[in-house]
Amino acid sequence: MCLAIPGQVVELFPDQPNCAMIDVVGVRRKVDLGLLQDSLPVKGDWVLIHVGFAMSKISEEDALDQMRTLRMLGEAEAAMQEVEGYGIEDVGGTQGRREAS
Amino acid sequence: MKFVDEFREPEIITRTSEQIRRLADPNRHYRIMEVCGGHTHAIYRFGLKDLLPANIELIHGPGCPVCVLPMGRIDDGLSIAHDPNIIFAAFGDMMRVPGTQGSPLEHKARGMDVRIVYSPSDALKLAQLNPDKHVMFFAIGFETTAPSTALTLVRARAQSLHNFSVFCNHVTIIPAIRAILDSPDMRIDAFIGPGHVSTVIGCRPYEWIARNENKPVAVSGFEPLDILQSIVMVLRQLRDKEAKIENQYKRVVPWEGNHAALRAMADVFELRPYFEWRGLGFISQSALRIRDGYSEWDAERRFNVPGVRVTDPKAAQCGEVLKGVLKPHQCKLFGKECTPEHPIGALMVSSEGSCAAYFNYEHRKTATVTSISSAA
Amino acid sequence: MDSSPSQSSSTESTPKARFREPQIEMAHGAGGKASRRLIEGLFAPLLFSPSSNAEPLGDAAHLDFNGTKIAITTDSFVVKPLSFPGGSIGELAVNGTVNDLAVSGAKAEAMVVTYVLEAGLPTPVLEGEVLAMGNAARKAGVTIAGGDTKVVEHGKADFMYITTTGIGRPMPGLNINARSVRPGDKIILSGPIGDHGITILLARGELDLEADLRSDTRSVLALVEALANAAGPGVRWMRDPTRGGVATSLNELARDCGCGIVLAEEMIPVRDAVRGACELLGLDPLHIANEGQFLAVVAPEYADAALNALNLAPGGQDAQTIGEIREQPSGAVLVTTRYGGSRIVDMLVGDPLPRIC
Repeated sequence: MCLAIPGQVVELFPDQPNCAMIDVVGVRRKVDLGLLQDSLPVKGDWVLIHVGFAMSKISEEDALDQMRTLRMLGEAEAAMQEVEGYGIEDVGGTQGRREAS
Repeated sequence: MKFVDEFREPEIITRTSEQIRRLADPNRHYRIMEVCGGHTHAIYRFGLKDLLPANIELIHGPGCPVCVLPMGRIDDGLSIAHDPNIIFAAFGDMMRVPGTQGSPLEHKARGMDVRIVYSPSDALKLAQLNPDKHVMFFAIGFETTAPSTALTLVRARAQSLHNFSVFCNHVTIIPAIRAILDSPDMRIDAFIGPGHVSTVIGCRPYEWIARNENKPVAVSGFEPLDILQSIVMVLRQLRDKEAKIENQYKRVVPWEGNHAALRAMADVFELRPYFEWRGLGFISQSALRIRDGYSEWDAERRFNVPGVRVTDPKAAQCGEVLKGVLKPHQCKLFGKECTPEHPIGALMVSSEGSCAAYFNYEHRKTATVTSISSAA
Repeated sequence: MDSSPSQSSSTESTPKARFREPQIEMAHGAGGKASRRLIEGLFAPLLFSPSSNAEPLGDAAHLDFNGTKIAITTDSFVVKPLSFPGGSIGELAVNGTVNDLAVSGAKAEAMVVTYVLEAGLPTPVLEGEVLAMGNAARKAGVTIAGGDTKVVEHGKADFMYITTTGIGRPMPGLNINARSVRPGDKIILSGPIGDHGITILLARGELDLEADLRSDTRSVLALVEALANAAGPGVRWMRDPTRGGVATSLNELARDCGCGIVLAEEMIPVRDAVRGACELLGLDPLHIANEGQFLAVVAPEYADAALNALNLAPGGQDAQTIGEIREQPSGAVLVTTRYGGSRIVDMLVGDPLPRIC
């Protein structure tokens, strides 16, 4: 139930509004847009594809946001390790961190 | 690959797993269930268990639509397709699942017209291209896949395409989660929620898990960073004694779900009063059947279906593994009578079944292995 | 699965099959576990001598006729569609046999060909394939010395089946033996994997996918020769990963040598389009067939020279060291990720199937 892949809309068909050609790193397939009829994607949009149907539009903003959060966590981690390397105890919460979040 | 590779970045994965190590209370043993078979597969494929501390146990849930399909339903579908004018079309996932007389592929070897399709719309196209045959699409899947089957039926009716029908085995996820939580031998601390089902049903349907059962849920994507971040989220909730639904997979999952998909499902399907789930028994209001308006395309009404119940061999412990009570290798038949080459139960055949995943990806792993440096 | 037939039968004089399955399935031809069972359980015990049954199965047989050494191999080609981007059945039939000889350490000199043709096959199609075979043979430096043709009723052969049997001379300085493989040896792959299998899958048209992909069918003889010249004494084992892919070939090796094989995922070359198709269909490139690649296990002190020689040779620019032999996990293949996760990669039972779950 779960194999769904991001693909980019590369071609729309004026005579078939519920259809689009999507591209996944060079592999192309026509997908059915019927499940996105309330807000049809345009050329260049990224969609999640499952069994030949577009399930959802992918929000680049949310994706970047998530990566930012993860990277920040990562940096916080690295900072924590640095701090611990100096032998400063982690007194919990953000007190141990030297970098402002 | 965009929206894929970023979530597989090694450095961030390493750091996130370190964060998990920090968050996990060393005096506590965590049991976190990933509901969806796709998550089970991802966990094994990416070797994520190697990155978790020993006190975090991932329990595999029943979200594998192939695994929970009773053998009798496979027999029913295949019995319809014995007619030489009928083409049996199904996803690749179904092809090696054993019925009592063999799997679809084995039936193909004996002369049945069996075709693998990637999409229900491909099955519809097969019907268009073969007007002198009847194409029966054997539909499986949770709410991720059901809307696509629904739309395909809408299209079939709109085109008045009569040489096409659907044998519907779609099931719904919430009753399965309820069955797990109601099970007396289960103790789950938190859930990793099914990300792709949620693109359809949204996050609201899980609210009772937090409110009534007091368990945290993180609706998760399927890349390594998604799953790890979801674990971070539930660990934080557990640490702070919170229980709420968090949407880790925001980039794709709308909180309110996909209305067009839900409408298509409501138009074409209705809930069966009850349905048998392999390993979990009969569950009410847990599966979909085709409405009267589309009865002409309902294979169960167009054809005679034997409807024989087939019980699993007593020795097979599929039910307990499905519920997460037993680990795959704890089943007495695992690796001996039951292997991917000669599977007894569907959990060993389905690519996302925990037994197959464990056998193919984990079994025989002696210990965490240090990776080879790129300078090899 | 017990790989030593000599343990199973008490009377050497009466060969006995150990294959218990009631009928032959497609899986038995897919190159994976089911194929293995058929070969080891039925063909080997009934056809091979007990002494040769004790040796691991190879890509070609090296025979010695009172000092004259000849390598011989045979292969049959069944492919639908006959023609696909990058080649056709004719090329596969020549290159496949040349490659089997090459990875066994022999240079193909001549081959004979059998055609089983389906009645109704249009002549231009046959002519096209025969032309392709002739061209491929000339390119590979192989003489086609003769052949046989049979025609069967319409519906009994997908247009045509081709079998080629090739003979060749063992290359001096190469001694291919799975038993000589030991921990520390490096594993080299000649180029990107999955091109052929995915091209065929797409060419069948059932999945409605398009991609700019071609079969990688080619003779690897020149590359093997370059390897032999640079690192001959250190080359322990080679194989061409056809049906069943790299995963199957390496699992066979792991079983035959009793060692463990550890691969680094990020070192395995895969083209973007192959990767995309595999992600879409839920397939693993390691299980997909290749027709123009080979694997080589090389002693560590020769590994750098081996890889350099391949990278400098025409067509070898994408060769990579993808892993190494270790003691554990014994008999199995493990793939590691850069972030410390790992997974076992086993042989499949039959052909890889697309999945949606």
